Amino acid sequence: MTTLDFRHVTKQYKVRGAGDMLALDDVSFTLTSGQTIALVGQSGSGKSTIAKILTQLERETSGEVLLDGEPIPRRGKGLRAYRQRVRMVFQDPFASLNPYHTIRHHLERPLRLDKVVPGDQVEDEVRSLLKRVRLEPDAVVDRRPHELSGGQRQRVAIARALASRPELLIADEPVSMLDVSIRLGVLNLLADLQRESNLGVLYITHDLATARHFSDEIMVLHHGVVVERGPADDVILNPQHDYTRALRDASPDPDKHFADPAGPATPRS
Amino acid sequence: MTVSNFPTTEDSEVREDSPTEPRRPSPLRKIGQSFAMFRNGKSITGLVIIGIFALTAVFAPFVAPYGPLDKDYNALKQPPSAAHWLGTTHLGEDVLSQIIYGTRGVLIVGLVAGVLATFVAVFVGVAAGYVRGWRSESLSALTNVFLVIPGLPLMIIIASQYDDPSIVLISAVIAITGWAWGARVLRAQTMSLRNRDFVQAARANGETLLRIITVEMLPNLTAIIASSFVGTVTAAVLGLTTLAFIGVIPITNLNWGTILFWAQQNGAFPDFWWWYVPAGLCIAIFGMALSLVNFGIDEYVNPRLRSAGERARAMRKKGMSMTSGVTVVKATPAPQSEESAQP
Repeated sequence: MTTLDFRHVTKQYKVRGAGDMLALDDVSFTLTSGQTIALVGQSGSGKSTIAKILTQLERETSGEVLLDGEPIPRRGKGLRAYRQRVRMVFQDPFASLNPYHTIRHHLERPLRLDKVVPGDQVEDEVRSLLKRVRLEPDAVVDRRPHELSGGQRQRVAIARALASRPELLIADEPVSMLDVSIRLGVLNLLADLQRESNLGVLYITHDLATARHFSDEIMVLHHGVVVERGPADDVILNPQHDYTRALRDASPDPDKHFADPAGPATPRS
Repeated sequence: MTVSNFPTTEDSEVREDSPTEPRRPSPLRKIGQSFAMFRNGKSITGLVIIGIFALTAVFAPFVAPYGPLDKDYNALKQPPSAAHWLGTTHLGEDVLSQIIYGTRGVLIVGLVAGVLATFVAVFVGVAAGYVRGWRSESLSALTNVFLVIPGLPLMIIIASQYDDPSIVLISAVIAITGWAWGARVLRAQTMSLRNRDFVQAARANGETLLRIITVEMLPNLTAIIASSFVGTVTAAVLGLTTLAFIGVIPITNLNWGTILFWAQQNGAFPDFWWWYVPAGLCIAIFGMALSLVNFGIDEYVNPRLRSAGERARAMRKKGMSMTSGVTVVKATPAPQSEESAQP
């Protein structure tokens, strides 16, 4: 059982000429393996900052991040070992894969870097990773990212994140750049993989509908502050905070009819 | 495309040319793909011209009819003839042979200076682009200083300190004054690459800094490095011929500029045209060839340049004008009167 503790984390960005900008203000949460937490919030609310701190692409200004009670090592082997256990899927599959390298390279690197399997088994592992994300290895392994569709690329990105056999996965808006018709496929894949490997998933999104569908718990972030959290259904059906209510009302509701003979639709609240 | 069987985004692209067997790129093919920016008409034309010059330089003793300094006192300042295709100098030396041997000096200095300057440019530019804070600022300041140093006067000063400056020294001086522009362009491009997600992903995977720069970033910079190299070679060739022309470089280093120097010293302008026109033309053609290579790279880096040109060409073939400013729907050649009519 892996537990990631985010304790009273604050992040300030120094903005040239504009003083400091507070991106995260005293944010705390706990992510354990097997659990999916959705992190919901609008652009600029600090969602991606949390992802960057979890992957240590950025450092927190204050507070601490503990993995199984241990603070994240700042450098060297310790940091690499941490990164092997906590992996991230980036938002934009068109940007997160290196246009110069083949799919094989993208999957081989984490395998070799973290010595997941012995050198002579790397090729087999690459193929089995591609199969896990429902891609045909022969068709994609020697291709470059630009030869694949968005959905295929995001599957490759997911395979890359899984290559080091992480215990926790951060998915930063993994489907927001994808075609609407294939979003569900990628999300279902993530959910399947999560069950298979008992992953802990931090699902970052601004889409409440998928957040409710795929996660046990929802955390609503607004201007760097967690304004609401709780079991997914509670948050959606009985929002306590104005911002959550606004978010919920902004998402399309299949039960609400557009041509209501009684008059124009009014916001429910 | 029919509407009934519309392809899903998921698999359409692979299905089109699904390989029957896995294509594993050989290391050779991978290197070949690194030079994709040269695969267009302009670059190939430029490279062919440069190749002809290079072959001439390598096989100079076999190509040249005389030695470059062989004197024929019976034929002084002779116009082109069967014996001397491009005439002779005031000492009866064969101008064509001098041009052919002179190609060597030009190419060696251009190549050495280009390689040296490109190494410095890549090192400083990529480092300045990747690191942040005061390190980046100071490298950038250094680049800017070298950018504003007037190259030619500095070359003259340094070269005139030595009685007989060697080729390496001349190249080094040209390289010192010529790396800054490439470094600046590379810094800008590296800064934009650094924040791209695939570099962040490599960092999050725990790749080392050296590997991120050499394996993840540099391959994406090859076109710009090549362009910077070609630009430096152009500057080096022009610098060398200028130095030779004004007499800073001694005559022992035979190149096109030296020919111009002697021509000018002996009153060849404007009557003895065969003495200076060929050398001038060679400089111009070589410079043009290098520029063509660079235009080709530019189009590779920025496909909008290419597509605009290609579209224009395709439309001209169909007899249509790009300047009419209307969307062209007619693909068949129309009578002249209709074609120029505005809606």
